[in-house]
Amino acid sequence: MRVAVLLGAVLICAPLAAQDARKEIQKYQQMIAEGSPVELFELEGEALWKKPQGPKGVSLEKCDLGQGPGVLKAAYARLPRYFKDADRVMDLETRLLHCMTTLQGRSREEATKRVFGNENQPSEMEYLSAYIASQSRGVKLAAGHSHPKEKEAYALGKALFFHRAGAWDMSCASCHGEENKRIRMQELPVMSKPQFARPIMATWPAYRVSNSQFKTMQWRINDCYRQMRYPEPNFASDATIALNTFLTVTAAGEPYRGPGTKR
Amino acid sequence: MTRLLAGIVLCWPLLAIPQANTVDVQKVLQRDFHARGQATMDRVVQDGLQRVCTESNDRPPAELAKQLEADQMKTIAFPEGSLIGDWKRGERIAQGGRGLTWNDKPGAPADGSCYNCHQLSPQEMSHGTLGPTLLKFGWMRGNGPEMQRYVYGKIYNAKAYNLCSHMPRLGYSGTLTPEQIKDLVGLLLDPASPVNK
Repeated sequence: MRVAVLLGAVLICAPLAAQDARKEIQKYQQMIAEGSPVELFELEGEALWKKPQGPKGVSLEKCDLGQGPGVLKAAYARLPRYFKDADRVMDLETRLLHCMTTLQGRSREEATKRVFGNENQPSEMEYLSAYIASQSRGVKLAAGHSHPKEKEAYALGKALFFHRAGAWDMSCASCHGEENKRIRMQELPVMSKPQFARPIMATWPAYRVSNSQFKTMQWRINDCYRQMRYPEPNFASDATIALNTFLTVTAAGEPYRGPGTKR
Repeated sequence: MTRLLAGIVLCWPLLAIPQANTVDVQKVLQRDFHARGQATMDRVVQDGLQRVCTESNDRPPAELAKQLEADQMKTIAFPEGSLIGDWKRGERIAQGGRGLTWNDKPGAPADGSCYNCHQLSPQEMSHGTLGPTLLKFGWMRGNGPEMQRYVYGKIYNAKAYNLCSHMPRLGYSGTLTPEQIKDLVGLLLDPASPVNK
């Protein structure tokens, strides 16, 4: 909260030259990373991972995120990927949902009732994402890009990225298509280019200081489409997984260093 | 409309087709998205220019672009008389970012989201750069009837002037009312507006 007030002060203390403002924002970003509560989310996620839940009364500890049942090391860095048992490309949240419904016997409806939390009550998906992603620190991003369905997901994600529709005629590239552009003071990474996608994908999911919330990639895509004035993407749908696949493959090779801390 | 279709058919071989074509992508959107609040599913159905711009990577063949821009121009109803509204109201409309999303209240007045992409009043440091700076817009260009008409039209339907512009069609899409657009014209063209100070 204090840092949010500080950012407010930084912005209000205009007129600063744009260059100075940029430096102030960089300083601020450094500061928030130092005082980030990401670790608390990771701990809460670990407790949830190990907590027996659902009709079957079991934990998620036998969930196979692609590296074998219960193996968390490097699992996040290699998602999204194709899963034979589901015959589908899945990202982290989709796979977690799969384990909740199969291993724990929970209904899809119950497990997706509240996928995006708020500052008072983060969601189960957010806690779990924090914990699981943290187990990939230092591992190079390597989303699946060899199975035909992975290639299909990448191609669809790329097409979605450049597809213009909605009430405001927007595609993802409307904002993330040109270098050195901003919305207000927020710099916009060109997510179709590796040098820009890498640092971004290596730090999601992430804690957001401005609203004190931990956010996942499914949320990021959801909220972009909200701002693009589209209808809402279904949680864990093929479209969202395809976009995530396109972005993560574009960022391939970058060592994962999240969960990150954002403005 | 028929001219539009003829244009698309004629120019089809000239358009670069992405790996997954736009028809496939639209089907995916129809399958994987749902209506929420005022954001209804008809929004994922591309109109002619959205399709042409997607398939040509925002570089439509010149002839086709000219035709489609002319079609867009016909959507603009220019009000009579002076188009310069109240720049103070215009500044508030330019600052705000509400409207048309699934969590905006249906029927509530929307804003222009102008500062998201453009620099306008010099006092506002927090402005985007996706669009060109509009600082001193009227001071440099004057504010005669032709300029008023151009600014009104551009805000109402930017695609009438540049088919694959990334600026939303703020009047055509029902985001802003003619009254609000006039206030924005005031913000850009009134000599008393901070934009021109």
